[in-house]
Amino acid sequence: MNEQWLTDEVEITLREMCEACAMPAEFIEALVRHGVLEPRVGRPRTGHAAQWRFAPPALARARKAARLNRDLGINLAGVALALDLLDELEQTRAELMRISRLQRR
Amino acid sequence: MEGFNDYYAILGVAEDASDEEIKRAYRRLARKYHPDVSDEEDAEARFKEVGEAYEVLKDPEKRAHYDQVKAYGGSPPPGAGGDWQFSGGGFTDADAAQFSEFFHDLFGGGFEGGARRSYRSYQSRGEDLRAHLALTLEEAYRGGEHVVHLRVPQFEGDRFVQRDKKLKVKVPAGVTDGRELRLRGQGAPGLGGGAAGDLYLTIRLAPHPAYVVEGKDVHLTVPVAPWEVVLGGKIEVPTLGGRVKVSVPRGERNLRLKGRGLPGDPPGDQYLHFDVTLPSQVGDAELAHWQALAAASREDVRAGWRV
Repeated sequence: MNEQWLTDEVEITLREMCEACAMPAEFIEALVRHGVLEPRVGRPRTGHAAQWRFAPPALARARKAARLNRDLGINLAGVALALDLLDELEQTRAELMRISRLQRR
Repeated sequence: MEGFNDYYAILGVAEDASDEEIKRAYRRLARKYHPDVSDEEDAEARFKEVGEAYEVLKDPEKRAHYDQVKAYGGSPPPGAGGDWQFSGGGFTDADAAQFSEFFHDLFGGGFEGGARRSYRSYQSRGEDLRAHLALTLEEAYRGGEHVVHLRVPQFEGDRFVQRDKKLKVKVPAGVTDGRELRLRGQGAPGLGGGAAGDLYLTIRLAPHPAYVVEGKDVHLTVPVAPWEVVLGGKIEVPTLGGRVKVSVPRGERNLRLKGRGLPGDPPGDQYLHFDVTLPSQVGDAELAHWQALAAASREDVRAGWRV
């Protein structure tokens, strides 16, 4: 079985990004243009997309973006905003949990 | 036909609801149960259910067929049953492979993700699937083999059916929350000879009752007596690798135990946070000492206090 842990060193190609969220390359390019994703290798400009390489967390982020776009009909500016807010929510929750655990007696 | 899905009840609308009402109900529930934004426990299952209900009720052709089946008490009407095929053509964003057997019984195998497939350039590749593997912190520390149970869509005959699948995966010691394992070819099967999709397995660390995990580091709150912090001293504390004796440095409230976190290269650290705890019972002997301490102390602890 071909299995691979997506450790930090693994590079994700544009094609893998497309397959993971079942979207065309234009969708990934648009996410880069909206600042939702940033390629780790290659300049974030349209036309250079074939050379792009992403860090593994980009896969989950692109999938989430695709789902929000597809399932809730949110446009890309809205998706970018939703993802930022969800990140913030997650950080706040983690911080809250950390504080309440450390103070709990 | 096993199990009848009441699509109207799922969307919470009347059977004579207008298209507009159905759309409104769907949008509200889709936002409420979307797995990426929802806190509800069964969000994913509810979201799929709602999506399936909307898939049927938004389309006049499918809705009419469904109403007919519903009127016949959940069985296909005479002459319209087995060979009824949804002719397609309607735009859908939905992932038909995720729908219930009831849906596939109702609309046959001729139905597939519709427009969604057509805007993929490699349209016969199977869908990628995602699953979670929940581990306790101790399991993540040890690593080792774990069995994952999944439901995977299989194309059998002319339709998708959900099949149970068991996968054995080897988890490296020290795996962290959110780490993904990609299993190539373990996703949904391709159509028309296309390659199967991949399966992405995401590690989720269950919250630990005592340790707080940050990446590879673990934090632990340790109750200490006031004199242990002031005077320093040796105490025994748990770590993921077993109990260790540590020296509480004089006056310090935190202590880093290097390399005692989750294993890796480099391994994480364990942080101790000393929580000064007053003894719950104060006897006469202790009281005398506290009185002496009160008399001897020259510092006003509220000196820097501003409200």
